[in-house]
Amino acid sequence: MQTLRQRVVVFAIAAAIASILYAVTGLDGLLGWYVAFALSTVVAVAVQSFFTGRKSLSDRIASAVITIGFATVVIPWISLVFTVINRGWKAIYWGFFTHDMLVNSMDEPLNMGGISHAIVGTCVIVGVATLIAAPLGIIAAIYIVEINGRAARFVRFLTQAMSGVPSIVAGLFIYSTIVIAVTHKNNGIAGALSLAILMLPTVARTSEEVLKVVPREVRDSSYALGATQLRTTMRVVLPTVRSGLITATILGIARVAGETAPLLLTSQYALRLTTNMFDSTMASMPTYIFGALRTGTELSLARAWGAAMVLIALIVILSIIARLFGGRTKGRK
Amino acid sequence: MSVVDPAPRVLKVSRGTSDKVFRGVILAGALFSLIVLALISGFLLYRGFEVFKDFGFSFFTSTKWDAASEDGLIPASYGVAAMLVGSMVIAAIAVFVAVPFAMSVALFLEYYAPQRIKSVLVSILDLIASIPSVIWGIWGYTILMPHAAGWSKSLNHWLGWFPLFKVPAPIFERSPFIAGLLLAMMILPIITSVAREVYSQAPRDQIDAAYGLGASKWGTMRAVVLPFGRGGLVGGTMLGLGRALGETVAVYLVLNLVFKINFQILASVGGNVASLIAGRFGEATPYELKALMAAGLVLFVLTLFVNFIATAIVARSAKGPQ
Repeated sequence: MQTLRQRVVVFAIAAAIASILYAVTGLDGLLGWYVAFALSTVVAVAVQSFFTGRKSLSDRIASAVITIGFATVVIPWISLVFTVINRGWKAIYWGFFTHDMLVNSMDEPLNMGGISHAIVGTCVIVGVATLIAAPLGIIAAIYIVEINGRAARFVRFLTQAMSGVPSIVAGLFIYSTIVIAVTHKNNGIAGALSLAILMLPTVARTSEEVLKVVPREVRDSSYALGATQLRTTMRVVLPTVRSGLITATILGIARVAGETAPLLLTSQYALRLTTNMFDSTMASMPTYIFGALRTGTELSLARAWGAAMVLIALIVILSIIARLFGGRTKGRK
Repeated sequence: MSVVDPAPRVLKVSRGTSDKVFRGVILAGALFSLIVLALISGFLLYRGFEVFKDFGFSFFTSTKWDAASEDGLIPASYGVAAMLVGSMVIAAIAVFVAVPFAMSVALFLEYYAPQRIKSVLVSILDLIASIPSVIWGIWGYTILMPHAAGWSKSLNHWLGWFPLFKVPAPIFERSPFIAGLLLAMMILPIITSVAREVYSQAPRDQIDAAYGLGASKWGTMRAVVLPFGRGGLVGGTMLGLGRALGETVAVYLVLNLVFKINFQILASVGGNVASLIAGRFGEATPYELKALMAAGLVLFVLTLFVNFIATAIVARSAKGPQ
């Protein structure tokens, strides 16, 4: 094992080499310095272990490479979060949450107009999608775990296959059926249906994990008291895992809240705040961001970042609530 | 000495009416996903049938995507070859970049990170996995693209003799390379989580035995953990590949939609099936819409196929190698 002092020395040497590399080669910016530092750390570690004993050479280098690999992956994450907050902050004022874009254009100053229509639209669309997908997902999980019938493996296979449906295909499907044949226009309900398709597998998978955790004894005691399977499931098993099922639903919501592609084909864009899902197109956060980005002016980009920050905040909050609720019952045996 | 085995008692469950109804209803609900999958392929085939019939096999081999001319003299011509190749090139770049990093992140989290911060890092990874693609897209467009264009320029400068890194014109924005990098970041969490799962299941006794024989940490990883997790890693990679093939918005934002088969990954020419659908949908004529439905069916079948294989591999390797 290395002592702390040895490590500090290695890092200092690496930093020194990195600075020389940085000055000599064409690398620039923080990122360039990082690349130089990563390379020279590997070299410094190699040189150091060459002097302290060759046996550990490959081991030290592997440790350095793995740690640097992890650090490299984190860089875009930090950049993304930092950029969203840094740029999103500028677009946000109180009216951003209370105004829609009906009387304002994307290019007006940032203290006019807002995303209330997109927030309400996303809530309504995702809410209706949840009403459809959550019960169906939980039913699929009940079939796999509780009933465990002949088709259990098949149903599981199907839900996994469904989780691989590309989001744009879900949108295209709803467009080709509901919009063309039933409603004859793009509206919110079509958006909700396309999101429900994407949400169902997530809910089913997580609910399955949750139901599996219920001990066999709980069911057996219920049966021993003469309860039917219907009563056992409804009165004993499901109440036991209520918080876990809520977690599953929230994770499903977090999965689809930011879906853009299917909504581009179904509920599309709108400027007015509305809760009517049947009348006309309906705004939503992801399509608002996408639209503002495509407009491409400085002010519309700022609005896109503002909405992106609100959307990320929404998803992070949902994920945290899901975790607090269920303690994420992962099947660790 | 003849002992007659008593015939085993046959257990028979007789269920009441309420249970029969209950089981029937739940089964019907559970088969909903079958109905949806069947309807998706059925309806896309139905809507796109005319296009398949008109172009036949050339729908898969033609790179043209042209509407009929105004006077109707030149008929419309649609083919997904360029977009299909584009999808695969981008997804291949994404997987090529993401897999080594996913492996090192998974190994780091399971075996190298201090145990105190491990659960925090795993939670962060889960949160990153839930960042929507439109936000990756806006970040990729504004932040990643200027950087990546610079990297492309140096790649082209130093390795330009290699066919993959040639460019017809020195424009490095909106290339398959940049789209692939962005997709790599987007699929990294899913590959990592599968890899982490299988690496953590490597048998403890074998790890201890390796240490006991005097292996170093890396030696143990190489002798026990990596071989054990190989199947799971392949499965996770296929899952990531499926995700990368179907990605729409992020690719649309950082890639030029050009109908040409292109293997020069630094050139500003590319596209994939999903972004084709998103890009052309708005102003499509009724006939082009049918072509888009047909393209959607091709994408659906392709991703379904990749996912089937992935699921099978993951399910098999979860039991450990034989």
